[in-house]
Amino acid sequence: MNVGILALQGAFAEHGAVLDRLGAAHFEIRQRRDLKRPMDALILPGGESTVMGKLLRELDLFDPLAEQIRKGLPVFGTCAGLILLAREVEGGDPCFGCMDISVRRNAYGRQLGSFYAREDFSGLGKVPMTFIRAPTIKSVGPGARALASVDGQIVAARQGRMLVTAFHPELNEDTSVHEYFLGMVRK
Amino acid sequence: MGKTRYELNKELAQMLKGGVIMDVTTPEQARIAEDAGACAVMALERIPADIRAAGGVSRMSDPAMIRGIQEAVSIPVMAKCRIGHFVEAQILEAIEIDYIDESEVLTPADDVHHIDKTKFKVPFVCGARDLGEALRRIAEGASMIRTKGEPGTGDIVQAVRHMRAMNADIRRVASLGEDELYEDAKRLQVPLDLLRYVHEHGRLPVVNFAAGGVATPADAALMMQLGAEGVFVGSGIFKSGDPARRAAAIVKAVTNYTDARMIAELSSGLGEAMVGINENEIALLMAERGK
Repeated sequence: MNVGILALQGAFAEHGAVLDRLGAAHFEIRQRRDLKRPMDALILPGGESTVMGKLLRELDLFDPLAEQIRKGLPVFGTCAGLILLAREVEGGDPCFGCMDISVRRNAYGRQLGSFYAREDFSGLGKVPMTFIRAPTIKSVGPGARALASVDGQIVAARQGRMLVTAFHPELNEDTSVHEYFLGMVRK
Repeated sequence: MGKTRYELNKELAQMLKGGVIMDVTTPEQARIAEDAGACAVMALERIPADIRAAGGVSRMSDPAMIRGIQEAVSIPVMAKCRIGHFVEAQILEAIEIDYIDESEVLTPADDVHHIDKTKFKVPFVCGARDLGEALRRIAEGASMIRTKGEPGTGDIVQAVRHMRAMNADIRRVASLGEDELYEDAKRLQVPLDLLRYVHEHGRLPVVNFAAGGVATPADAALMMQLGAEGVFVGSGIFKSGDPARRAAAIVKAVTNYTDARMIAELSSGLGEAMVGINENEIALLMAERGK
């Protein structure tokens, strides 16, 4: 298995470090030629969704990646990555717009609203969740289902082979959410 | 069990990695910066080149002006306070700034003490010229470090010097014997536990950006190849001929900082860079402030 990690901006190296611990091969995607490599799954990391959205288009990565996701490439979006996949983004334009969820950016306000919690994740039990200027999922359409909530707000969801979390599993020691994703890829 | 506010603040800096943080003085500039792909903006009344030209005492910006910029963009907004001016920092915390830059660009308010940044909930970034300065700032509570460079000059030489000094220090500390760290902590005037971290991990315990004198996509890529994890661009953008284009080019050069062919394209027809001044032409070395 080889996992592509979008490395335009943000915390992509942290995802690579988790995959190293799980023994999964991975590579960085910074420009079009990086897509020549065979890719079994894609991770869209945390960072600024506005930056990634813009660079995806300007570096000609948007069309080929959108096409692969549409054809069923397993994809895991954390924080900004979640925003990139959402069909509806409050007060903004969707990017890939392929996942049946509606999101609110910066739902907890500015950095003072960033927090840590341990909450239930469907099938995994309590999972550590780090929220950094995080979005929330306002609603989940019929195609998707919620996997975790914090204080009544949906913070993780899945639709087919697409997985999103509003928090950053790559910032904690616990690797269970990444293992969950790799399990989706293997199926 | 939980996570400290300090850890969450270090992690916000991790989210900024691979990005460009741009100085802006108006909501309109902030929007130009966001549209060009800035991962955060630094709100300030005057960019460093103008501070340098104007002389006099340079202070924290008007909170109303900072608020205007916070409302204009969705990306994180940073602002500067004077070195040692903890009340300016309290004000910036009160308006929920995302990051405070305790900055040598402004006139220092305290020529001995920096702010005790551990007393704040909002994160701080501080400038450093070498490992000793960086670890002292981290000991005071900084959750992100940047090179000082020489702000407002468009001259990259000092940022390069500071990044190389930092890297050389880190390599040297990593190669020390464990029993040699005590003496080195004394010599560098830094806490032993932070020096141990550097010894074990071969890097700073927080994210390290380049700042001070970046004017071109090539400057930005140079700093990235020297090991910066992202770049601050101050005067270099809005003192240039075509700010939007230059800003976007610098953003792309930071993402693909090893691709010379792409950077050649990005650097083509960008219009005039900021004029710039050499370090030996300036009377005031901002990097000398706050050691």
